[in-house]
Amino acid sequence: MSRIVVVTAGLTVPSSTRLLADQIAEATSAQVSARGESVEMDYVELREVASELATFMVTGGIPTPRLTALREQVAAADGLVAVTPVFNASFSGLFKMFFDALDPDGLTGTPVLIAATAGTARHSLVLDHAMRPLFAYLRAVVVPTGVFAATEDFGSHGLSDRITRAASELAAAVLSQGDYSVGGFAPDLAARPRRTSGTQVESDVTPFGDLLRGHTGTD
Amino acid sequence: MQFGIFSVGDVTEDPTTGRAPSEAERIASMTQLALKAEEVGLDVFATGEHHNPPFVVSSPTTHLGYIAAKTDKLLLSTSTTLITTNDPVKIAEDYAFLQHLSGGRVDLMMGRGNTGPVYPWFGKDIRDGIKLAVENYHLLRTLWREEKVNWQGQFRTPLQGYTSTPAPLDGTPPFVWHGSIRSSEIAEQAAYYGDGFFHNHIFWNKEHTEAMVRLYRRRFEHYGHGAADQAIVGLGGQVFMASSEAEAKRVFRPYFDNAPVYGHGPSLEDFTEMTPLTVGTPEQVIERTLGFADYVGDYQRQLFLVDHAGLPTSLVMEQVEMLGTEVVPVLRKEFERRRPAHVPSDPPTHASLVAAGPDAPHHLVEPARARAEELAAAKVDA
Repeated sequence: MSRIVVVTAGLTVPSSTRLLADQIAEATSAQVSARGESVEMDYVELREVASELATFMVTGGIPTPRLTALREQVAAADGLVAVTPVFNASFSGLFKMFFDALDPDGLTGTPVLIAATAGTARHSLVLDHAMRPLFAYLRAVVVPTGVFAATEDFGSHGLSDRITRAASELAAAVLSQGDYSVGGFAPDLAARPRRTSGTQVESDVTPFGDLLRGHTGTD
Repeated sequence: MQFGIFSVGDVTEDPTTGRAPSEAERIASMTQLALKAEEVGLDVFATGEHHNPPFVVSSPTTHLGYIAAKTDKLLLSTSTTLITTNDPVKIAEDYAFLQHLSGGRVDLMMGRGNTGPVYPWFGKDIRDGIKLAVENYHLLRTLWREEKVNWQGQFRTPLQGYTSTPAPLDGTPPFVWHGSIRSSEIAEQAAYYGDGFFHNHIFWNKEHTEAMVRLYRRRFEHYGHGAADQAIVGLGGQVFMASSEAEAKRVFRPYFDNAPVYGHGPSLEDFTEMTPLTVGTPEQVIERTLGFADYVGDYQRQLFLVDHAGLPTSLVMEQVEMLGTEVVPVLRKEFERRRPAHVPSDPPTHASLVAAGPDAPHHLVEPARARAEELAAAKVDA
């Protein structure tokens, strides 16, 4: 079974951001099931950890227990759905703070579906001008279709069509993950991207002889 | 076990009066803190090293030399000495000189420093932080242990036929700690040389400190310096005490709320829960501090941060007085009561290192070299 984390940065309860996230999650589940597999969705409402994110930021990264759990959850996920409201022509500050709090290798190679909500369709390029570069920097694999929902879209068919297309792309990416075999050759496990939550002390430490090599002043 | 004070040497406005001490006042107050530490029976005073405002502590051996002249028993240490941006040749000279001045009352804690621009100001690149710590420290060890040094590395000009002067007191280099909050490479470095490992502890949850110390202990044993529980561990702690918990919180809260490092963020209560900060009675401090050994194991040095965030000198002196008279005597007794016989109480001191003789592993640049080669060979065979 795969696990997909659905991160939403809506501020009100209920929020249209969460509404969109729910529709995407449901469509993704259906797409995974249609391929004979199963998926579990874990929802993360960033509003609930807003003050912990602020604490993390102003203390140079003191890990609160809940934030640590979320960072581990994201780093272990097979896929991510990220949904933000549009504020001042970009993702919200709360949304960015969460991704700033992740380990730089927390999402490496992870399939991500990006989505955003706004009052008008004039903000729709936020998907490609703000969200896509953010996840590209984090070396995540953003599926081609992003979902943008202006308020008026909640009354149109076009939205559910886009949701279905994006969900289908995410399902395919999640299910093909971990298969690094090429043309009948055995999978190259070394090519698998390194991911880490950054919350644990590395136990497989580099032996000191390797660290010292070239630095003894005599070699 | 050793107990002491470590200071970061920040010049911070007292939020209750709006007044910041002058640099002269702050330096004098740190000196007073060190003298008070000796007066009330604490063992160690450690100063930080910074090269940017709002800190005054740019010249640790000047300050420690002055304190050495005014004290008899106090062990002088650092928290930390920047092994990345300082020239290891100068560290070797300065601290050997301090050993001679103080009669061997010196040890040092190596750190990398966390202020980005300090690296370029001193001609270094922060991305080389770990490599600088590895190469510079290896050179420092060599300078203290070999009379004529021929050396060529990546980060400083080569040395041909160089002799560091003065040689360490009694031919015995000072004991060294390595401090790191989250770099496993530094725990590994401490373990490789059989040096001490210090965890700052005060900005982190105990699970993290526990994991770092466990890694160091495991590797200390791996390199053949002794059993994991015999490795030399030091911890930081942060306390503010009064006769009641309510009073301690009332007095400390404005300093906490406006502190440069964590002010305007978490509440005092949340921070107390997340980190080892204890604001309360001496009894509460004793109970919390004894609990540290439950997760890092029996350890050898406990340093407290008491003089920061604009706390006035009078309040800081009261804190040291309470530590010396009410807290540390109980901690000494209780920590020894729980310590197994084979676990050392104290870290190595100048006296114990001299007593161990010139053939002790401490006098080798790489005491674990043979062992590491054996382990590597065994791995290849297997």
